[in-house]
Amino acid sequence: MSHSSKLIRVIFLSFFAVLFSSAVYAQHNDKVEETDKKFNPGELIMEHVSDAYSWHIMTVGEHHIEIPLPVILYSKYSGFHVFMSSKFHYGQKSYKNFKLAEGKENPLKGKIVESVNGKDIRPIDISITKNTLSLFISIILIFWLFISIAKSYKKRRGKAPKGIQSAIEPLIIFIRDDVAKSSIGEKKYMKYLPYLLSIFFFIFFNNLFGIIPIFPGGANLMGNITITMVLALFTFIITTFSGNKHYWIDIFNTPGVPWWLKLPIPLLPFVEFTGIFIKPFVLMIRLFANMLAGHIVALGFFMLIFIFGAMGGAIAGYGGAIFSVAFTVFLSLLELLVAFIQAYVFTLLSALYFGMATEEHH
Amino acid sequence: MGLVTPDFGLIFWMTISFLLVLFILKKYAWKPILKMLKEREDSIDEALKSAELAKDEMARLKSDNEKIMQEARGEREKLLRDAREVKDKILADAKVEAKIEGDKMINSAKAQIESEKLAALTEIKEQVVSLSIDIAEKIIKDSLDSDKKQKEYTNKLLKDIDLN
Repeated sequence: MSHSSKLIRVIFLSFFAVLFSSAVYAQHNDKVEETDKKFNPGELIMEHVSDAYSWHIMTVGEHHIEIPLPVILYSKYSGFHVFMSSKFHYGQKSYKNFKLAEGKENPLKGKIVESVNGKDIRPIDISITKNTLSLFISIILIFWLFISIAKSYKKRRGKAPKGIQSAIEPLIIFIRDDVAKSSIGEKKYMKYLPYLLSIFFFIFFNNLFGIIPIFPGGANLMGNITITMVLALFTFIITTFSGNKHYWIDIFNTPGVPWWLKLPIPLLPFVEFTGIFIKPFVLMIRLFANMLAGHIVALGFFMLIFIFGAMGGAIAGYGGAIFSVAFTVFLSLLELLVAFIQAYVFTLLSALYFGMATEEHH
Repeated sequence: MGLVTPDFGLIFWMTISFLLVLFILKKYAWKPILKMLKEREDSIDEALKSAELAKDEMARLKSDNEKIMQEARGEREKLLRDAREVKDKILADAKVEAKIEGDKMINSAKAQIESEKLAALTEIKEQVVSLSIDIAEKIIKDSLDSDKKQKEYTNKLLKDIDLN
């Protein structure tokens, strides 16, 4: 029963996906005629995975449906500015002295710049972008979810879990017993457990939201290096500040290695010291690259529809759609797994670093 | 490359948001959830432990009962054995005493019989003596009626003496 209803749901979603893609396809066909540019899947994918000042939902014919988002700027020259991103008219117009930077080789491409004496200068920009909004939405969902779970724990004190509580509880226990307790140790794990649970569920839920293709999901939050950088920085700061005497001794005077690795040239201390920074750096890159790659590959399979369409007409496009949708469904399922694995890996490695930093000497 | 350049605005919002996530989840979610989980696990542990204890207690009681039964059985056995021993001893004692008593009686009877026998014998001897004397008297009186016979007898006696 539930199996067949699931199947129906998958077919239904695939159907919508095809509809959706044909809408985008139509839009791009128009563009081809308008701008005389070739259909560029790479650019389109990059648009999808990059941050933006507005949330593009879909394009129906000539009409863009998107959510304008607030732009908040501080410029040395003209002070504070708060306005909606719709003032730019999808990057076609400038507002006051601000505009979206253009140019293929421009490193600021797509960002808001201020024209001062003919030069483009980047102001301090704390706009609520697509990723920021997605972040806020996911945080609100996370708060709602976990506070309601906490409430049901209070309500059902000492009883077996029920509903969503029993779905989340194994994960909480998994993080507590198999990640925190086994990496940090019985004595100190409680201090780090709230942080580990928070990053795990934060990453996991945002990864899941990223897989949902339509608003409010679909933002490539965890595939954004800024987000993973902040997360890795938190882990780095906590690790560095909880490092005990032995942790630093292990780094600067590693025991059990030949002295000539340390003495005239402090080769090993240098390597170990760099390790302090490399570890969170790798955390950042791993999560970012995995999630970004997942999005790019899934979108790439989708783009095949339009590539086929552009090469062989609409029939080739629809024919290709069958395979593309099948591959996209497969990749989305893979992404579900990756969403969990990456959240787990980030949490586990953070826990291991905390464990190293607080380890008592044997 | 836009993709690998961190963006200041997003750093700003992410830091604030994530600090908020850490703070709020810690206070309103993890603290109560972890506490309740611990509580529940402890109570389950406790229940299991007390079940184990009750089981041990039961086993102990059972073995106690068994022991008491065993002791009672042993006691009974001992009592019976003692009683039997006492009975045997009394019987044996009685036997010995009876035997001694009997022996004593037999001995005294024997002694009495002996003494009576002796007395009887003595009496018989005396009678025999007196009877013999009487008979001898009569014989002598009879045979020594004539002188001739007196002489013959005297001669015979003299012969017997055989004057050596």
